[in-house]
Amino acid sequence: MGQKNLPMREALRRALLEEMRRDEKIFVMGEEVGYWQGTHRVTRGFIDEFGEKRVRDTPISEMAIAGVAVGAAMAGLRPVAEMMTINFAFLAFDAIINHAAKIRYMFDGQFTVPLVIRAASGWGDQATASHSHTPEPIFAHFPGLYVGCPATPADAYGMLKASIRDDNPVLFTESIALYSRPGPVPDDEDYLVPIGKSDVKREGQHVTLVAYARGVDWALQAANDLAKEGIECEVVDLRWLRPLDLEPVYESFKKTNRCVVVEESLPHFSFGSEIAAQLQENAFDYMDAPIKRVTAADVPLPFAKEIELMALPNKDKVIQAVREVL
Amino acid sequence: MPNKETLLEWYRQMTLIRQFEEKCHALYWDKRITGVYMHLYSGHEAIGVGAVAALREDDHAITSYRDHGIALARGIDPKPLMAEMMGKKTGISGGKGGSMHLASREHNFWGGYAIVAGHLPLAAGIALESRYNDKDAVVLCLLGDGASNNGYFHEALNMSAIWDLPVIWLIENNGYGMGTAVHRVSGQPELHKKAVAYGMKDLGCVDGQQVLEVYEAVSEAVAYARERGPVMLEAVTYRYSGHGVSDRQYNTRLEDELRDWLENKDPNKLFCQYLQSKYKGIDEQLHQLDLAMHALVEEAVEYAESQPAPTYDDLFTNVYA
Repeated sequence: MGQKNLPMREALRRALLEEMRRDEKIFVMGEEVGYWQGTHRVTRGFIDEFGEKRVRDTPISEMAIAGVAVGAAMAGLRPVAEMMTINFAFLAFDAIINHAAKIRYMFDGQFTVPLVIRAASGWGDQATASHSHTPEPIFAHFPGLYVGCPATPADAYGMLKASIRDDNPVLFTESIALYSRPGPVPDDEDYLVPIGKSDVKREGQHVTLVAYARGVDWALQAANDLAKEGIECEVVDLRWLRPLDLEPVYESFKKTNRCVVVEESLPHFSFGSEIAAQLQENAFDYMDAPIKRVTAADVPLPFAKEIELMALPNKDKVIQAVREVL
Repeated sequence: MPNKETLLEWYRQMTLIRQFEEKCHALYWDKRITGVYMHLYSGHEAIGVGAVAALREDDHAITSYRDHGIALARGIDPKPLMAEMMGKKTGISGGKGGSMHLASREHNFWGGYAIVAGHLPLAAGIALESRYNDKDAVVLCLLGDGASNNGYFHEALNMSAIWDLPVIWLIENNGYGMGTAVHRVSGQPELHKKAVAYGMKDLGCVDGQQVLEVYEAVSEAVAYARERGPVMLEAVTYRYSGHGVSDRQYNTRLEDELRDWLENKDPNKLFCQYLQSKYKGIDEQLHQLDLAMHALVEEAVEYAESQPAPTYDDLFTNVYA
């Protein structure tokens, strides 16, 4: 199979474009998805190819973007709704949680909700507190929803396609910091990354690094540096926060007996908390050191670049945490 | 003008709803129906029956948590509805939804929803599918007065307007959002006028106690929605049993007001009087319908109580497709 080197935003665009060409029930809706060409250019050119019927510019109405998409999905369409950024998804929290995630269960299977809500996520561009959220773990709290968070262009491509083809609602986040990062993407319109399947991005025997989305990037950077001094990290990219596939984490942990969790999100009641809890419940006998969490600082994000960067995780913080568990 | 047979069918439905609701109320206080939430439709019958009668079978209906009456008006068997009240496996929602989450996909009844105004964007989305696939089906979205003050109302109505979605926004104004009177919480107490803000057709206000008036107004709204786009209509009514069944204060607090509506403006009583004056000698037929609906509700209760509860396995089904 051939492959192309594409930035993540282009991998996402291709995935969405190909799926829309394949199935007329798929349409996109959101703020600036049409004539503006998408705030993050993921829907660039779509309005020309598909027209206003399938590329629907919406008012700044997140409750209705999510809620109308849920209704359309219940009725048999396959909406891909865009939240310009995940920060604005808080306005749509009710529609996503109380409706998208629960309708199937509340009516005991009478309705399906084949819906994807895409949202750009992340921080680090002095976007300040209200525009710098990474709340993926909050959404992953709720049964009925899937949560996908790709770290590479290939995963972005295959995960978005899998999300669109699935009959369940998926919250799909795209790291703003990774949009322009290139990587190989398979030349295969049916390339799907199975929902709820994690991936070992690097093998190693000394420490297990567990991450998703941008955390994978920091983990791999740290692993490269540590390898130079003979410390081999295994990097497990969970890819999906729900369903959560921890088997590769357990397998790795049984070998390394040490674990550092790396995430862009906040520390309290977090992804890292969940991984640590599951490891101690399910692999306690293999544990040789406390599980460390590298997260954002427990503050709202400030504007000034100097202190904003202090709040973010980075490669050095991961290296420091690895040294602490060795 | 609907014929005699149709009018009698409406009478049958209104009677069934009232009997069903009164039975639910009694069963609740008898602890044969458990749970905290149950919002009865008694007093609103003319709206549900008149509005649903204006729909075709392939049109859609969706409503709030005060949903029993719409489910019955859509022709759903009272047995699985009553079984749902009791949380039984054979309830219409498998015992997982309860009183507030009745739905039947095959009846194009898309459900009752328990977040005030949360179903409004769903209605717009269902209507979008109709337009998208070049169908001419419309969506009847019933909502309470309280929902008209919620953010969902603004966003869903606006989106329905810009996309010309075939939705009939029918406000059932029963005077109170829980315990708070409409004029205290809505800057525009003439709720139908809110349509103007969205450039939407405002069909005004109708007497929600007169089933024929509701039917005629909603028929006009349906025709408009089918041809053009969204339309708003308000129907003024009154709620007999408090916000929910557990609301004990309500009836004593507003005793005089309630008595006036019950004695002078009850929709079932008014319709009965109308039929009696229009068709001489119809009394016996009406009486037989009353008895038949009483028996139907009793059968539903007997059925529901004989049904099994969901099992541990059911707990985990239908979380995902």
